[in-house]
Amino acid sequence: MILITGGRVLDPASGTDAISDVLIDGGHIARIAAGISAPDAEIINAAGSIVAPGFIDLHCHLREPGQEISETIETGTRAAVAGGFTAVCCMPNTQPVNDNAAVTRSIVDRAATAAHARVWPIGAASVGSKGEALAEIAGMQDAGIVAVSDDGRPIATAKLMRQVMEYCGSLGLPVIDHCEDTSLAAGGVMREGPRSIRLGLKGIPAASESICVGRDVEVAALTGARLHIAHLSTRASLDYVRAAKAKGLAVTCEVTPHHFTLIDEDIVYDTAYKMNPPLASGDDRDALLDGLADGTVDAIATDHAPHHPASKDVEFDRAAFGITGFETAIALALSELVHTKRISLMRLVELFTTGPANVLGIGKNGIERKLSPNAPADITIFSPDHKWTFRASDSASRSRNTPFDNREFRGAPMATIVAGRIVYRRPAAAATV
Amino acid sequence: MNEVQLSTTPVLQRPRHLLGIEPLTAEQITFILDQAKPFQEFQRHPLKKLATLRGKTVALAFFEPSTRTRISFATAAARLGADTMNLQAESSSLKKGESLIDTVWTLEAMRPDGIVIRHAASGVPEFIARRLEIPVLNAGDGTHEHPTQALLDALTIRDRKGRLEGLNVTILGDILHSRVARSNIHLLSRFGARLTLCGPAMWIPKELGCLAPNIRRVSRIEEAVEDADVVMVLRVQSERINEPPISMDDYILRYQLTPERLRLARPDAIVLHPGPIIRGLEIDPAVADGPQSCILEQVTNGLAVRMALLFHLVSGAPPDAPHPAKEASA
Repeated sequence: MILITGGRVLDPASGTDAISDVLIDGGHIARIAAGISAPDAEIINAAGSIVAPGFIDLHCHLREPGQEISETIETGTRAAVAGGFTAVCCMPNTQPVNDNAAVTRSIVDRAATAAHARVWPIGAASVGSKGEALAEIAGMQDAGIVAVSDDGRPIATAKLMRQVMEYCGSLGLPVIDHCEDTSLAAGGVMREGPRSIRLGLKGIPAASESICVGRDVEVAALTGARLHIAHLSTRASLDYVRAAKAKGLAVTCEVTPHHFTLIDEDIVYDTAYKMNPPLASGDDRDALLDGLADGTVDAIATDHAPHHPASKDVEFDRAAFGITGFETAIALALSELVHTKRISLMRLVELFTTGPANVLGIGKNGIERKLSPNAPADITIFSPDHKWTFRASDSASRSRNTPFDNREFRGAPMATIVAGRIVYRRPAAAATV
Repeated sequence: MNEVQLSTTPVLQRPRHLLGIEPLTAEQITFILDQAKPFQEFQRHPLKKLATLRGKTVALAFFEPSTRTRISFATAAARLGADTMNLQAESSSLKKGESLIDTVWTLEAMRPDGIVIRHAASGVPEFIARRLEIPVLNAGDGTHEHPTQALLDALTIRDRKGRLEGLNVTILGDILHSRVARSNIHLLSRFGARLTLCGPAMWIPKELGCLAPNIRRVSRIEEAVEDADVVMVLRVQSERINEPPISMDDYILRYQLTPERLRLARPDAIVLHPGPIIRGLEIDPAVADGPQSCILEQVTNGLAVRMALLFHLVSGAPPDAPHPAKEASA
């Protein structure tokens, strides 16, 4: 038994916001009440912290199978739980691509023995994510995928998008798209604008994203199926999503912590600032902050993309796109959204729990997120005020590619519980004071 | 009048590297140009060899093919008495798949006293400067900067016009992809130049206007050239990866600098070109070879500027050290 004492319980599903104790027995929540006595239980003192349903990351790259030099399911999920995530959705751009049931099963089996968090694979929409034939989607669904995507690249054509959406609509799987017009973006390494001109780095126009979002929203209207826009980064894209929601279409979107924290003007010749989509303009960032506050954005997702130095410690033009993100996500959300009074703590919890759960479909695959007796004991405990410094060298991830190295934060994940097991506890602060 | 005393140099912060023009102040630029002056004279000496950098080695790392800039740096180093180590793209281990950082560590292990870098990717000189202790001189990086070109252009302009301040400078061509244009925009705007950028619309995007104050973008060459003191013509590259090429016939029709168009400029206007020129494309041969052309003067001035930079960055001499070229002629 585990007893979490004195924390502020925040549960968007029920609207609960109260100081309570939470008792966990086996893999489930047993009781939520003030002043629970359980002499045999392991105690987690959560005074001053938030006790929330387990956080879900809709978008990450665990690199296994095939790119274990950058990350594995073991190291990736160790970083995930250190970042407060109890479940992560891993994108299919592994080697081989997760485009068939055998690869899905290998990921699920590996996760069963090595993972610290729940691993919910996302299957490829097309064979090899090449944008031609549809992948073995139903087979992957039986093996455990929760969504489909050709992430890393867009679903190639409107025609393919229509087929994938009609098919996935019938299977009840959301289609996640990495929106990018690859002809406009070709060769680009950062957002096109005054900063790209100054640095002499080839720009990717903001329209390369929104053109594709517009296309996808049209196809969502045509098919009625569920569409989720990955790592949305521009005002124009958000406007498409807002308009689609107003029309009642099943369109959702996620935003990454780096896109609501940094902008293109922050970019220097350091490949830790190179990711796709690239950091957007200040105006786009402002739009994302508004969307996070007004409910247009459904979820915060990390797009955790570990890369070995061999593909990052190179010319900016040649470097791989992507940064790690698990361990800084909560701290960035607190710093940029809550401490700045843009959103409430409850809204923050929603963006990491019921928001992503709704994208995937509440209730399936143990995805529901709520704190109530008999619910699975997936719990994230974080402090809104704990002061700490993130050091990439201390990361649990196998990779170090982050622009947030040595950043000082207020707010941190404190403990993570998956299926009633404590999978992470923040080490006690070094006794320096 | 508030005259800046440039001869009293103790306040001058000598930069450790030359990564671009953007980080330099007007005083630093003027200092470099002043230091280049005696080296201009020196190019006319019958014996063009100093001992200033004797025992020093300069690595010339040209990861991108280059003829004139490489020869200019090699000659400048030789005339200062330095030895050079050459790395050329065509023959280097890069062809065998070695990473940039490994090539740089290898060069460093041979203990050069300074490194001159040309690379097709923007930001590489800074990438290297962050990792090495020795001075790094940017000889052109991607579409970012080509600082020695802008300095030799400035020396040429100052010689011909007597000043850099307040000139009307028109730059013609593919500004978007030009490191020469960027460095010149940074440099000339430090001295209050009025800059006019002219070329096909996709080569003069509006964001270029953010590089400096007083930048005008014009699509008609006749309007751009009018009243210019300096017309800078850029080379046109017909092929670019990821971009549809434009019609070269169109370019000639609308943007070639012809004698008729040049007549719209000030009568004493000068014409610069960083080379290599393609006669009959961006420039009419009558202009390239005409009395207003400074193209060959630019080449000689390139030697003088590069000697001044190598002297100051590689020798470790204080900014007010006696000038080696003056010593030589004394």
